[in-house]
Amino acid sequence: MSAVDDPTDLTLGSEGSDASVAEAKGDEQIADLSSDAGDDRIDETIDGYNFAYLDENTKRMIRRAILKAVAIPGYQTPFASREMPMPYGWGTGGVQVTAACLTPGDTLKVIDQGADDTTNAVSIRQFFEKTARVDTTTRTEDATVIQTRHRIPEKALTEDQIIVYQVPIPEPLRYLEPRETETRKMHALEEYGLMHVKLYEDISRHGHIATTYAYPVMVEDRYVTDPSPIPKFDNPKLSNSPALQLFGAGREQRIYAIPPYTKVKSLDFEDYPFDPGQWPQACALCGAEDSYLDEIITDDAGGRMFVCSDTDFCSRRRAEQDAAATSEEGEQ
Amino acid sequence: MYVATKGGEKAIAAAHRQMAEERRGDPKIPALTIAQIREQLSLCVDRCMTEGSLYDRDLAALAIKQSQGDLIEAIFLLRAYRTTLPRFGYSRPIDTGSMAIVRRVSATFKDIPGGQILGPTFDYTHRLLDFKLAAETEGPRTVADRAETPVEQSVPHVLGLLDQEGLIQKEKTENKPAPDLRIGRIDFDHEKTAERPEAFNEDTPPDLTREPLEFPASRALRLQALARGDEGFLLGLAYSTQRGYARNHAFVGELRIGAVAVEFDMPELGITIELGEVTVTECETVTQFQGSKSQPPQFTRGYGLSFGQTERKALSMALVERALRWSELDEDFVGAAAQDEEFVLAHVDNIQATGFLEHIKLPHYVDFQSELELVRRMRREIAEDSAGRDLSETAE
Repeated sequence: MSAVDDPTDLTLGSEGSDASVAEAKGDEQIADLSSDAGDDRIDETIDGYNFAYLDENTKRMIRRAILKAVAIPGYQTPFASREMPMPYGWGTGGVQVTAACLTPGDTLKVIDQGADDTTNAVSIRQFFEKTARVDTTTRTEDATVIQTRHRIPEKALTEDQIIVYQVPIPEPLRYLEPRETETRKMHALEEYGLMHVKLYEDISRHGHIATTYAYPVMVEDRYVTDPSPIPKFDNPKLSNSPALQLFGAGREQRIYAIPPYTKVKSLDFEDYPFDPGQWPQACALCGAEDSYLDEIITDDAGGRMFVCSDTDFCSRRRAEQDAAATSEEGEQ
Repeated sequence: MYVATKGGEKAIAAAHRQMAEERRGDPKIPALTIAQIREQLSLCVDRCMTEGSLYDRDLAALAIKQSQGDLIEAIFLLRAYRTTLPRFGYSRPIDTGSMAIVRRVSATFKDIPGGQILGPTFDYTHRLLDFKLAAETEGPRTVADRAETPVEQSVPHVLGLLDQEGLIQKEKTENKPAPDLRIGRIDFDHEKTAERPEAFNEDTPPDLTREPLEFPASRALRLQALARGDEGFLLGLAYSTQRGYARNHAFVGELRIGAVAVEFDMPELGITIELGEVTVTECETVTQFQGSKSQPPQFTRGYGLSFGQTERKALSMALVERALRWSELDEDFVGAAAQDEEFVLAHVDNIQATGFLEHIKLPHYVDFQSELELVRRMRREIAEDSAGRDLSETAE
């Protein structure tokens, strides 16, 4: 394959570097950021692809978009999304953001539906194991970068972590107004009446806001933002999180961010406050009463059980319970 | 006792092995070679190169073999490979006027300078299955007749002949989109120009694969998107314009297929070198234009260009391209799909489309669970409501 970028030419990448040199003069800080990944540990990975697959120039472009996104919380920054070796819709945006954030010292966790062992989580984890050779983990607190689809881990994140969300449709107004030219204008003018009318109509028709996932939020009192299709149960975790939250939409060519300790408010009305919902039952495996549960159909006679969707959270709670039980037995 | 499903990793590996077995088919049948696909399935090689935006017959043939003949999958393989290729520069625009023509027809003039050259085409074949091809042994080799005189080296474009009379509208050369009236756009210049060589100026066509698509798009950008776009989608849109959705009755001014040289300027040496040849299909349609306040009646152009022999694609592209030019030509927007730039460009790419469509096969347990919970709750509330009403009615 001829995709090998010169691994020593990390600051500017080997491709189109003339233009980059011209630009980099005014952009030293940005160039510095790009070179964060540029220590000696980077070497060619298998297949001859660059570290974390993307060439350094592409990563630099993505990092610039990330910086802009962080500077304008909730704003959808256009970026020149690349065609990845996995299909659009499988998390190409998240994969590009993760690739741009990873350094060789990072530890990566990948989840889909809260689980580390769903097929697509496995596939993306293997992709980075192969192309970046970073350490991977299933333990939430051990990860420095977490890529997720549809969930936020139950365990609270920390300042040392970046969480990358895979986003199918970044535009919260898209189903109300299909045209990008219009929705960009609406964001620019903070014209969010349409969204409030939609929520109001839900209440008048159903007695509830009938949005249960991808529940729109207001970021730092400015941009209405799509939190990606996480259940609204997870929405409270978005606000004031110590971790950097990055959102990548590959097909739609957008990156946006919720920086650490940013105010995120789920849209609601004074008389119909936001309700993240709760479960009448506890996890059938670990007994947790505060986690998001998956419903499992166990037989064809209506048998069901509810278990944690966060597999790391659930399995470790069970391991702790087992250990506690064993030591109690030992004491007796 | 339910045990959380494990083994996604094993399932993936097993699925890949099974797919490899299926791809090979019956091992008693000889395996297809890349050369066989390249030589004998050349039209699907052409389609893959066009929509994959990568001119390489062997790689396209490999992609077709690897994808078991699923062409969108093959196009995807080519695209994913293409993004990893470094760019060392931009070639000079190809000159289709000096094409080595193998086929060239005009539907607007009976005879034209350079002549009508029918060339290889299905157009006048009778679509009868040829059972001779089903025979395992190869029959006598067919050799095409050679013309006594070769096709001229430079054959003028038919639309150029119309231009001599001023009958065809003058093309604007600038690539800039209509003035951007959007408010609140915050754009850093470097986002758009990060990978442009310094020598490139504002008139350099933008690159769809290196910059995010934004609306309104320039004509150059539109053409680029259409050239990479799905043949089937464009065919449907083009057909819709013929049936009256933004009708613009198009004549095929010219359709030409042949090899053109790809030339590259080497500024450090001050010379231009020929890198090689690519075969392209070029289609120019002419549509009558009633004229406007500022312009007398004349003809307007629709343009299609694709790799290899891909006539359906080039024709469809030309018709859709013409329909998208309504604003530039002061025509009415009648709300037809083919006129709607944002609709066409946002949905024309089959790799994007198939990805998003097929991703609904991925797990959505979490979102579905939250919907389940809501629907159950609303049904419970309705049931409680009507039960309450029944009680109060009974009490009365």
